[in-house]
Amino acid sequence: MTEIKSFTINFGPQHPAAHGVLRLILELEGEVVKRADPHIGLLHRATEKLAETRTWIQSVPYMDRLDYVSMMCNEHAYCLAIERLLGIEVPIRAQYIRVMFDEITRILNHLLNIGTHALDIGAMTMVLYTFREREDLMDAYEAVSGARMHAAYYRPGGVYRDLPDEMPKYEVSPYKDAKQVKALNRAREGSLLDFLEDFCERFEGYLDEYHTLLTDNRIWKQRTVGIGVVSPEEALAWGFTGPMLRGSGVAWDLRKKQPYEVYDRLEFDIPVGKNGDCYDRYLVRMEEMRQSNRIIKQCIDWLRKNPGPVMTDNYKVAPPPRERMKTGMEELIHHFKLMSEGIHVPPGEVYAAVEHPKGEFGVYAISDGANKPFRLKLRAPGFAHLSAMDKMARGHLLADVVAIVGTMDIVFGEIDR
Amino acid sequence: MKRTKALAAKIEGRFIGVGTLQLHHGEVTWTVPVECYPKVARALRDEPDFSFEQLIDLSGIDYLNYANRPWEGPRFAVAVHLLSLHYNVRLRLKTFAPDDDWPVVPSLVEVWPSADWYEREAFDMFGILFEGHPDLRRILTDYGFVGHPLRKDFPVTGYVEMRYDPEKGRVIYQPVTIEPRENTPRIVREAHYGKVE
Repeated sequence: MTEIKSFTINFGPQHPAAHGVLRLILELEGEVVKRADPHIGLLHRATEKLAETRTWIQSVPYMDRLDYVSMMCNEHAYCLAIERLLGIEVPIRAQYIRVMFDEITRILNHLLNIGTHALDIGAMTMVLYTFREREDLMDAYEAVSGARMHAAYYRPGGVYRDLPDEMPKYEVSPYKDAKQVKALNRAREGSLLDFLEDFCERFEGYLDEYHTLLTDNRIWKQRTVGIGVVSPEEALAWGFTGPMLRGSGVAWDLRKKQPYEVYDRLEFDIPVGKNGDCYDRYLVRMEEMRQSNRIIKQCIDWLRKNPGPVMTDNYKVAPPPRERMKTGMEELIHHFKLMSEGIHVPPGEVYAAVEHPKGEFGVYAISDGANKPFRLKLRAPGFAHLSAMDKMARGHLLADVVAIVGTMDIVFGEIDR
Repeated sequence: MKRTKALAAKIEGRFIGVGTLQLHHGEVTWTVPVECYPKVARALRDEPDFSFEQLIDLSGIDYLNYANRPWEGPRFAVAVHLLSLHYNVRLRLKTFAPDDDWPVVPSLVEVWPSADWYEREAFDMFGILFEGHPDLRRILTDYGFVGHPLRKDFPVTGYVEMRYDPEKGRVIYQPVTIEPRENTPRIVREAHYGKVE
């Protein structure tokens, strides 16, 4: 009888390290991966098909549900595509708000990624700390949009409403006494901008704490240094973007290279890795959070000084203010047409990309002049990253597959769409 | 804008009379005949004048009922979004599959490996066949799925639904029971409707 050395195992879809519903068919020889075949689509919700049957504005909330840990960035790309097709300008204050929330989203995403990546490969503590900070940022989401995650805050033509002047506060309950509530409400006494400023101040220190937890941690380094090495040439050929590309040493960031909104007015640096392994990508993400923090601070300063409209006054795109609608016939008609029929987007095709926390998130929209998209293609960064799974995992140990899945920052909402 | 115009000029100079070139919204769209498509792609990647290192996106398109009218010409298209890091410019390369019943387009996996999954997705969603693709399997739909869901003649509700059958003790497929409905009708206005623009 011949001894069978290689065998196939099924990793996921129900596996805590599969980051959702990744099903991997792994061909192993002993503990070494010979071939990895990811089976995706278990979270496929046909967003592109659904968008064809909804008016342009009705699809905004679907974008939140693509990459459900960086919600507003998805909306951003979608709104940019529509605005470019319509050829409208967004008020400058709305642009600053968008940039600020893009960077909040980036921190949210990287916190989740680093926390869960560490959790997957044996560092339990990280996730407890990162989720503490995520909570604050999600409160900021809630303050502007009413939803902690699926905000639907960016709209074609601007953002849904201006930043609130006060934060929701904790109240005394059987589980929290007055003293605890006071401590929790300490940062919530002022406006949202005060709350965020307080967070930015604290976050610098938190980042240093994370560094002490992981950066020199021997086990963390053993699990990530030299694992999943991607050369710059390979990263380009495989369609990598974002931290996956910058981890390999390619200084490419759409915020710098093809600036959208007000990124060209803000100061920030682009961190770049050297070796292209999981550890470098971790460091890139850590530094990106610091830079995002810098951007948020600059946005807070600007937003404090410059009040103004946050939505375009083109009533063919955005609904008019309620007060004017109650008295003006013209405004009433605009509102009715907008709510019943939606925006008519002129025929054409456009590809709008943003630097999403995971990479380049693009929206390829084709309009035939109707009130609904003719075709909407969503370019998800994770899709390209996961397609290189086989090449990245080959020759590594089974346990390293988990480290590679973690470093790719996989979220199935965007991959399966 | 300057960069896209320079790119358009370079393409016109190098590939005289190949396909049609359009500049819209600051983006270059180059529609090439399907015979030239792989050759052009290779040239775009390799020639130092273009150096499109990255294939960012590949998408299938079904032009049936475009603008609520019958579409003339081939129905299925493939649009590829290329990015040149060197020149910091993007290009949309489009090609139409000549046969509607058996849409075949050459594969770009040899040129950009990242085309692999994108082509599998376009095959899955539109049934476009990519000649030369090493492993053209379905990617997003269920195992054993029939049809190509993003085609315009595929209903949003699909054809089958899945439920647990307590009698048989397993999950079964059955024809869909939900009625298709459209809450907001799809409207395309004639040009200059309401004397706007």
